[in-house]
Amino acid sequence: MRIKDHPILSFPEGKTVEFSFEGKTFIGKEGEPIAAALHDAGIRVLRHSPRHNRPRGFFCAIGNCSSCLMVVNGEPNVKVCVTPLRQGMKVEYQKGKGDINAAD
Amino acid sequence: MRQTDLAIIGAGPAGLAAALEASRAGARVILLERDDWLGGQLVKQTHQFFGSKNEFAGMRGVDIATHFSEQIEKDENIQVFTGATALGFYEDGVLTAACAGRMIKIKPRTLLVASGAMEKMIPFENNDLPGVYGAGAVQTLMNVYGVAPGKKVLMVGAGNIGLIVSYQLIQAGIEVEAIIEGASHVGGYWVHASKIRRMGVPILTNHTILKARGQEKVEGALITRIDENWQPVPGEEREVSVDTVCLAVGLSPLAELLWQAGCEMEFSPQLGGYVPIRDSNLETTEEGIYIAGDVAGIEEATSAILEGQLAGISAARKMDYRIEEEKVEEIKANLETLRAGPVGEHIRQGLANVER
Ligand SMILES: Cc1cc2nc3c(=O)[nH]c(=O)nc-3n(C[C@H](O)[C@H](O)[C@H](O)COP(=O)(O)OP(=O)(O)OC[C@H]3O[C@@H](n4cnc5c(N)ncnc54)[C@H](O)[C@@H]3O)c2cc1C
Ligand code: FES
Repeated sequence: MRIKDHPILSFPEGKTVEFSFEGKTFIGKEGEPIAAALHDAGIRVLRHSPRHNRPRGFFCAIGNCSSCLMVVNGEPNVKVCVTPLRQGMKVEYQKGKGDINAAD
Repeated sequence: MRQTDLAIIGAGPAGLAAALEASRAGARVILLERDDWLGGQLVKQTHQFFGSKNEFAGMRGVDIATHFSEQIEKDENIQVFTGATALGFYEDGVLTAACAGRMIKIKPRTLLVASGAMEKMIPFENNDLPGVYGAGAVQTLMNVYGVAPGKKVLMVGAGNIGLIVSYQLIQAGIEVEAIIEGASHVGGYWVHASKIRRMGVPILTNHTILKARGQEKVEGALITRIDENWQPVPGEEREVSVDTVCLAVGLSPLAELLWQAGCEMEFSPQLGGYVPIRDSNLETTEEGIYIAGDVAGIEEATSAILEGQLAGISAARKMDYRIEEEKVEEIKANLETLRAGPVGEHIRQGLANVER
């Protein structure tokens, strides 16, 4: 959900880009963190913990905590809270600790 | 390999102030910042700054960040790398950083770590559910990117950060169900607290969170009154219906690089966790490695700026650049004034144990 009216801040319109998450197409703003675009689309679960399979969202949003690791364009363990969104990005859930050999 | 006089890790208020000060003395500076912009925590802060004894008191954090960045960009002695994460500092004096998918190596004559802090977590059931967010994360999401963290928020912690972020949530049109605080009193400034109470948000002291509810994401929370030993009072439990739990329970210094560089560390409850031992010029036990800002002890932006100036000028002096000794005394006196009085007492206590 985007914040529309704000008494102090104005948010630059930004260029709208398309990306895919788990095969479905979504839109977001170019350059914002992937996690922000996903959150706007109502997606809060970003991964499941490798051992206990617990759902995880972001926590710190500054790249410190590794709560938000996903597979982006085939590359695993990407911190989506600090990775800028680009046109055509392919974002997926990661299985376990991520497999580098799976990268296309 | 890049050579420089001073490498600075982190471009929050501390790192920015240090860069300007060292450059003024003639030193060449490389400034590394993990984010794509300069300003650190300041960028998220839309409120007018608390604190009165300094030139920035009436400004918003985000404007202070712009003010500094403009000066840095004009400064020919300072080379800035954004999107650059410092990775390690090694025995041979080489600093490595990841920047745009590549590794850069820097050999600085002196190093300043101004990496700031990270949010603390508290133990409760389901504290790992999506929707349990740090206050800094909530601020980043809503104030930098304009995305609402949720519809209804439970704020945990009534220090200044909890109060300010609550206010910012309300400004952004998001409901704050309540602010809960374990202690028997509000830790933040009364002006902030009364402003929030006037907006109809209850501040429940002697309260904590026991559980977050939900399977895949937060759908509610169980809170309770606690006694003076922080034990739940039977029969005083209550469900709240929220989709976000925001934790504003303090910060701890982001000191990994200092551990790795071999600096002697000491646990300081007053300063927020493990911090490096330092001398009165902010040099650590490793010669030529300096610290400033939240990584040296959790305080606030004005002290981060002053510490940055002190570390920057001290590093320049170490390398025999000409500096004005009066300036050093002036900065130290300003820091002392800032930490005077009852508000600064815990900081003074903390520093007494880590300054050698
Ligand atoms: C919600 C909130 C409200 C606040 N309100 C106020 C207020 O009203 N008044 C006030 O005085 N203070 C306030 N503060 C506190 C103030 O913002 C901090 O004390 C101050 O920003 C500390 O400055 P710093 O430079 O040490 O750290 P930071 O501002 O945290 O900057 C550290 C920088 O280092 C970067 N970094 C970290 N690790 C690396 C690495 N390995 N490589 C490269 N870069 C790295 C980070 O990305 C960051 O930009 C508030 C803080 C918060 C969280
Ligand atoms: S949310 Fe902490 S690293 Fe991304």
